[in-house]
Amino acid sequence: MSEARVVIVGAGHAGGTAAALLRQYGHEGPIALIGDEPIPPYQRPPLSKAWLKGEADADSLALKPTEFYAEAGIDFRPGTSVSALNRGAKTVTLSDGSTLPYDHLILATGARAIALPIAGKDLEGILFLRTAADAEALKAAVGPGKRLAVVGGGYIGLEVAASGRALGADVVVLEREDRILARVACKALSDFFTGQHEAHGVTFELGCSVTAFEGRDGRVTGVTLADGRTIACDAVVVGVGATPNDELAKDAGLECARGVVVDLDARSVTDPAVFAIGDVAHRPMPIYDRMFRMESVPNALEQAKQAACAITGRPRPPGECPWQWSDQYDLKLQIAGYAFDVDEIVVRGDPATARFAVFHLKGDQVQSVEAINAPPEFMMGKQLILSRKPVNKAKLADPSISMKEVAA
Amino acid sequence: MAKITYVEHNGTEHTIDVKPGLSVMEGAVKNNIPGIDADCGGACACATCHVYVNEAWLEKTGTRSAMEESMLDFAEGVQDNSRLSCQIKVTDALDGLVVTMPESQH
Repeated sequence: MSEARVVIVGAGHAGGTAAALLRQYGHEGPIALIGDEPIPPYQRPPLSKAWLKGEADADSLALKPTEFYAEAGIDFRPGTSVSALNRGAKTVTLSDGSTLPYDHLILATGARAIALPIAGKDLEGILFLRTAADAEALKAAVGPGKRLAVVGGGYIGLEVAASGRALGADVVVLEREDRILARVACKALSDFFTGQHEAHGVTFELGCSVTAFEGRDGRVTGVTLADGRTIACDAVVVGVGATPNDELAKDAGLECARGVVVDLDARSVTDPAVFAIGDVAHRPMPIYDRMFRMESVPNALEQAKQAACAITGRPRPPGECPWQWSDQYDLKLQIAGYAFDVDEIVVRGDPATARFAVFHLKGDQVQSVEAINAPPEFMMGKQLILSRKPVNKAKLADPSISMKEVAA
Repeated sequence: MAKITYVEHNGTEHTIDVKPGLSVMEGAVKNNIPGIDADCGGACACATCHVYVNEAWLEKTGTRSAMEESMLDFAEGVQDNSRLSCQIKVTDALDGLVVTMPESQH
């Protein structure tokens, strides 16, 4: 099957990486890479950080140079979407009306930002941050003297807030919960980031519900809250989460559960000819004995690897510890694992020093770690999460004992 | 342009021209050279772009930053000449550089 035809739907980090890895792994058959954006695959994380601040350009964002795709014999089709999947005939129908046959199909359609279904949502200046085009619009909207309202105090919102401040804009973060990062981090970390952002001049409105956007001449001028107040602004970034683009899979009868349900090879549990990778996949994670969907670059890369290995007959990559990172100001946050079934939290180090780590434990096993400027805690935490090795909590809580000794 | 030779763990050599200003990691990734994963894209957050710098080039490639040192301390197969290739900026002075990749980046 070395001449097998591979069609990859979605040219983001996952799809672009899968195409490149297939060639690296010696796949000789045709590869088509279908992307609805006008440009070749690029890295999304810098969009809210280095790129927004003008420290990275389009070339440095690109996963590969534009000429790579032709040179590697990858039929890259920008500005094209897939309108239908016919699993019986093993074809996809493209937005230009043509059909493309496949032997292996990789769905890498990603996720899209959730919009707020409230009055004024279509006003100009209400932005999301998902694509390079979104980032371009945001870059144009922030600068000295501008006032930016960020709806949602999650990682994307906070990174935008930090970059907005770096560009000289006034920034207010509006969060529904009573603390930022409420869904993804413990209180110690929320408090730490709140303090850091306040020290950099960001203001917060917590426990507030956004009820409408106000505008003038079609352009946003403010955000109305449930308590009747209006927060004036020149632009809004909505960062309240994302939803998987799994409609194509659902319509084709593939089992989905907020994402395409796949096995350890990233293969659909419904159809062995179809893979789903990255933000759109609902995948098993044996270390937690459950299935879930992740939105991170390491996850996209890992699943691209799984699908490319399965297609080229390579052994499956060893199980990984999921991880992600965030940069805000001069803080490096590295997160390993997910805090499932946690019954105890151990803070190692003093948050006041801006170098500490929060370990989430289930019994004496590490489920996840959030490390601020603390690479040893992150690196060793990652290994402990993967090995499921029990740890001594007293040692873990004592920063004078090295992480190597804690894990010994 | 600086000519950089990337040697895979199995001995396969790839010599390519890398534009000054890019990192040694970017030179490999943008040319689809196997052996450097670079999961974080150069944020010094993952240690999956680990390379061994050929002894003759150690001085010219500079020294590890504190963050890099700390990340490398926990990577596999670390040697005295280990570096994270995302932290080595390519300049004309690195024309001829040779780096070797470890067996795995995990």
